[in-house]
Amino acid sequence: MSWFEKLLPSKIRTEESTEKKAIPEGLWHKCPACKSVLYRAELERNKDVCPKCNHHMRIGGRKRLDIFLDAGEREEIGENIAPIDILKFKDQKPYKDRIAIAQKNTGEKDALIVMRGAVHEVPVVVAAFDFRFMGGSMGSVVGERFVRGVDRAIQDKTPFICFSASGGARMQEALFSLMQMAKTSAALTHLADAGLPYISILTDPTMGGVSASFAMLGDVQIAEPRALIGFAGPRVIEQTVRETLPEGFQRSEFLLEKGAIDMIVNRDDLRASVSDLLAMLQHKSRPTTLHDANAE
Amino acid sequence: MNPDFLDFEQPIAELEAKIEELRHVDDTEINLSEEIRRLEAKAQTLTQSIFSKLSSRQIAQLARHPCRPYTFDIINLIFTDFQELHGDRTFGDDFAIVGGIARFDGKPIMVIGHQKGRDTKENIKRNFGMPRPEGYRKALRLMKLAEKFHLPIITFIDTPGAYPGIGAEERGQSEAIARNLFEMVKLRTPIICTIVGEGGSGGALAVGVGDRVLMMQYATYAVISPEGCASILWKSADKAPEAADAMGITATRLRELELIEQIVPEPIGGGHRDFETVANNIAEALRDNLRELRLESADSLLEKRYQRLMRFGQYTETESD
Repeated sequence: MSWFEKLLPSKIRTEESTEKKAIPEGLWHKCPACKSVLYRAELERNKDVCPKCNHHMRIGGRKRLDIFLDAGEREEIGENIAPIDILKFKDQKPYKDRIAIAQKNTGEKDALIVMRGAVHEVPVVVAAFDFRFMGGSMGSVVGERFVRGVDRAIQDKTPFICFSASGGARMQEALFSLMQMAKTSAALTHLADAGLPYISILTDPTMGGVSASFAMLGDVQIAEPRALIGFAGPRVIEQTVRETLPEGFQRSEFLLEKGAIDMIVNRDDLRASVSDLLAMLQHKSRPTTLHDANAE
Repeated sequence: MNPDFLDFEQPIAELEAKIEELRHVDDTEINLSEEIRRLEAKAQTLTQSIFSKLSSRQIAQLARHPCRPYTFDIINLIFTDFQELHGDRTFGDDFAIVGGIARFDGKPIMVIGHQKGRDTKENIKRNFGMPRPEGYRKALRLMKLAEKFHLPIITFIDTPGAYPGIGAEERGQSEAIARNLFEMVKLRTPIICTIVGEGGSGGALAVGVGDRVLMMQYATYAVISPEGCASILWKSADKAPEAADAMGITATRLRELELIEQIVPEPIGGGHRDFETVANNIAEALRDNLRELRLESADSLLEKRYQRLMRFGQYTETESD
């Protein structure tokens, strides 16, 4: 048991463990889009993309980094940074408890994981959100880890990549969370000054304060198919304008049509596409391992 | 109920109505001045007592008070020679954000601010102070203009938030806000932001990155409105007072948390009671801050602006697991 779990009131601990037992890891998974029943092992091999309808399912941050980075050496950045509840925020549940539950469920300390590694041997620093951690919401830890990642990229003269999957700012950190929008965007000005590329990859969903800061500031903006991307949530917009939203509103394809992103890339092609983009932006030759991309 | 007064201001409204009535009595037989003076003193004490114990929710109401001084009111009172500049050069002109060149103490500055309307007609024109992407892009255009000609930038923040509409999304609301954050960090000219009313989330921050951030005493600044926060986290908008308290949206609280630099005092009873005092207090605060910022080189300004943002965050860091 970690020091953090020891701090928890026993009530939370038991509540969590029973909850976990109630949902056993199934052998089969139903695609939420086409309803096909898929063999989990096959789905995993396919990087959680439905082989029947190409629906890109949400994946955790660590898994994302694992399938994106080369198998070689990796180093996590800012992993010792953990959230605290400075405001003693309490809604229907204390923020402290929400953190503890999210940590227990995901095995992560917060919603962003940052790693130094390589993609097709192009050295990079990559940040990836974990949407399961309080909806991928951005609080102080997400902001600080993002900044450390960017700083490391500058120090090592490597590009920076961010996979977004977030509902926006974390309300429980109130104005501190809003300030992370400015803080992360500020860090990117230094990356730009250093002449290093920043690739922003938008995955389902990328909304609110994350969308309205670093996620939209990429030198190249890539989205996975059918991801929900926008500033205001569809429900809020519907309530405000009192009309039905057009089909496909705020989806990747819609953003491409409106000129908000450069391209939509399938999860399986991201390694190849991003590594070659980075190579070209940095005047490097085509990554030598790239022709093997299809064999991956 | 007097619509120009908030629920908790009604006792003051009643007293003032009574005073006004007495003033209009033509009867010279009785000397009413004594009674009027007595009631005025009473009104003053009552106002003081009500305003000495305002809740976060009441301050949020004051920040949205329909009679509150808006950006144009402040511009007219503290600057001279204001010339409004329009449009983003790409799509249109957003009336929810206004800006232009003016003189402050005789020296040229660029002023940008959200603008709400006083009546329904004007509110529709100004979209209740909720900008669309073209508003933020106009603001950025003016800020770059200011940088080019070495004009300090003064922003006044007063918005419920960026507009959540179909067109706004289509034209890249997120990108417009993000771009402003990114560019404001780099502008080689002093920036002073003052939250004069509602500081509504990203819609406020998009003109709120600066060297100094000031807040009027009864302004609010938050990541989401108390009502929005309550309906998401408490599943009921009625819990807005609780949400307002939990988030800490007031100037006093945010100063304690060191998220803003300075509180600009308001007259007794709130800014809407006395525009002149509000204007004088803002002018004085701007003057002091501008004097200091003008002494800095652009490089030092940018470095401090950057470090100011890097400070924001509450977390722990352990040596190792």
